[in-house]
Amino acid sequence: MIANRSDMAVIKPFRIAAAEPWRFTVWHGLVLVAALLVALGIGEAQAAAAEKPGIIATILKWTPLLAQGFALNIAMSFLAMAIGTVIGVPLGLAQISLLPPVRAGSWFVTQFFRNSPWLVLLFYCMLLLPFEVNIGGTIIPLPGWLKSTIGLSLPVMANVSELVRGAVRSIPFAQWESAESLAMSRGQTLRMVILPQCIKRMTPPWMNLYAILTVATPLTSVVGVSEAMTLTGDILSSEARTELLVPMYLYLLLWFFLYCYPIARATLALEKRFQVR
Amino acid sequence: MPWTPDQPLVRLADVHKTFGGGVEVLKGITMDVMKGEVICIIGPSGSGKSTLLRCVNALVPIDRGSILVEGQEVNDPKLDKLALRRKVGMVFQQYNLFPHKTALENVMMAPVHVLKRDKKEVERQALALIAKVRLTGKEESYPGELSGGQQQRIAIARSLAMNPDVMLFDEVTAALDPETVKGVLVTIRELAEDGMTCMIVTHEMGFAREVANRVYFTDGGVLVEHGPPKEFFASPRDPRTRQFLDQIL
Ligand SMILES: Nc1ncnc2c1ncn2[C@@H]1O[C@H](COP(=O)(O)OP(=O)(O)O)[C@@H](O)[C@H]1O
Ligand SMILES: [Mg+2]
Repeated sequence: MIANRSDMAVIKPFRIAAAEPWRFTVWHGLVLVAALLVALGIGEAQAAAAEKPGIIATILKWTPLLAQGFALNIAMSFLAMAIGTVIGVPLGLAQISLLPPVRAGSWFVTQFFRNSPWLVLLFYCMLLLPFEVNIGGTIIPLPGWLKSTIGLSLPVMANVSELVRGAVRSIPFAQWESAESLAMSRGQTLRMVILPQCIKRMTPPWMNLYAILTVATPLTSVVGVSEAMTLTGDILSSEARTELLVPMYLYLLLWFFLYCYPIARATLALEKRFQVR
Repeated sequence: MPWTPDQPLVRLADVHKTFGGGVEVLKGITMDVMKGEVICIIGPSGSGKSTLLRCVNALVPIDRGSILVEGQEVNDPKLDKLALRRKVGMVFQQYNLFPHKTALENVMMAPVHVLKRDKKEVERQALALIAKVRLTGKEESYPGELSGGQQQRIAIARSLAMNPDVMLFDEVTAALDPETVKGVLVTIRELAEDGMTCMIVTHEMGFAREVANRVYFTDGGVLVEHGPPKEFFASPRDPRTRQFLDQIL
């Protein structure tokens, strides 16, 4: 399955099981900051030559609006992660069910959503979900951002499901046998022996999944959600200045880096700590 | 006919087991283990020793034959496996203890949650069992903080906390550092001296000679021969037994 790997981790299906998961490193940050500085320098020179307001001043002017958009990215990432986890965990447990149909069904669902491109799932959700749902007489509107969030939660769900299955399988079989020979039922074994150990193993890849999801939220701009990426486009078209384009997008990227890099560090630290024991 | 203690506590009759791959791992095993008896099973690796033990507490279902534990048929689709396993304790080669629980919690978990016994009373028994395996002071240690031998002794205490009638040991010292083996063997020997019925798979011939009432030699899924340890080790009859003992001693 190496062929499926690509540095466009966000759009292509990715595999947690792969040796090194994709994540932000300090090098990404350095390159990003360097590129931003160069772009700002060039931009300021062009702006000065054209006698227009400075690039930095313009970017700062738009920063509050950008922050609003970014808040929506974060909100969508939280919600998609929550939905994906709440559904993904039972789905993962269904994958280790003793009932073959349950196992097969949950496996299929997991594989389907894990291997579908995120963008395709987003479009499907945008087009197939209604703009409002009627639950027992109460009409709940489904705005675009919510539909996209549901769209993003599908691959999260599938990846969490796979994380659960992988974690359960990584527990030595003797743990099952030990619990069983103490007359513990399957439920007790899972609840008291297997899953507590899985949580520890799952936390770092789960955090990594969250970082990947966050970086994927700008995909929703393609379906018109007013998040940071969309707003950046709007800002650029209202300013109508070509020298602003590169610095502006690099600036936006920096926001994502600053948000995700600490998560990547924490993930690494946890992985190290768990390896020791 | 109800089981009485003068009948074999564990009785295997013509037990056959074939795994998915199609290789017959147990080819008609017959043996009786009386109450209070200690038997050791030796044999080359792959001869089906672990499988044999796992059949006794229904971790592995058998294809043909009969296994009676205190008169209860194990090879019965309606078997209450959990009830059987309350009577049969088992310790494995490794990864026995639950790494996220302390030694004391490991010992207490099953009596509290499976037998629903009173927590205070279980704790008292657990502390006594930990003392019995000479690990007083390690109650609050996590398995990762214990040596392999100490872990195995806690695992034995944990099985004993269920008050089993028979204990199965599957090469419990095979994965240990040599210096921690002795403590585990001492613990098992004391258990045997207390009258616990034990079925022990081991590679420790000196230990088998010392502790067993009867030694069984398996090879290729059959019981080749068995006898009291003195005779068994001094004058093995079958050439396969002789060859195995020559290799290992
Ligand atoms: N769950 C299983 N599925 C398939 N084959 C198995 C399983 N358990 C054991 N075997 C096979 O059965 C044979 C006997 O294994 P085992 O009982 O572990 O032998 P021993 O404990 O004497 O080394 C081996 O060839 C092993 O590969
Ligand atoms: Mg074995």
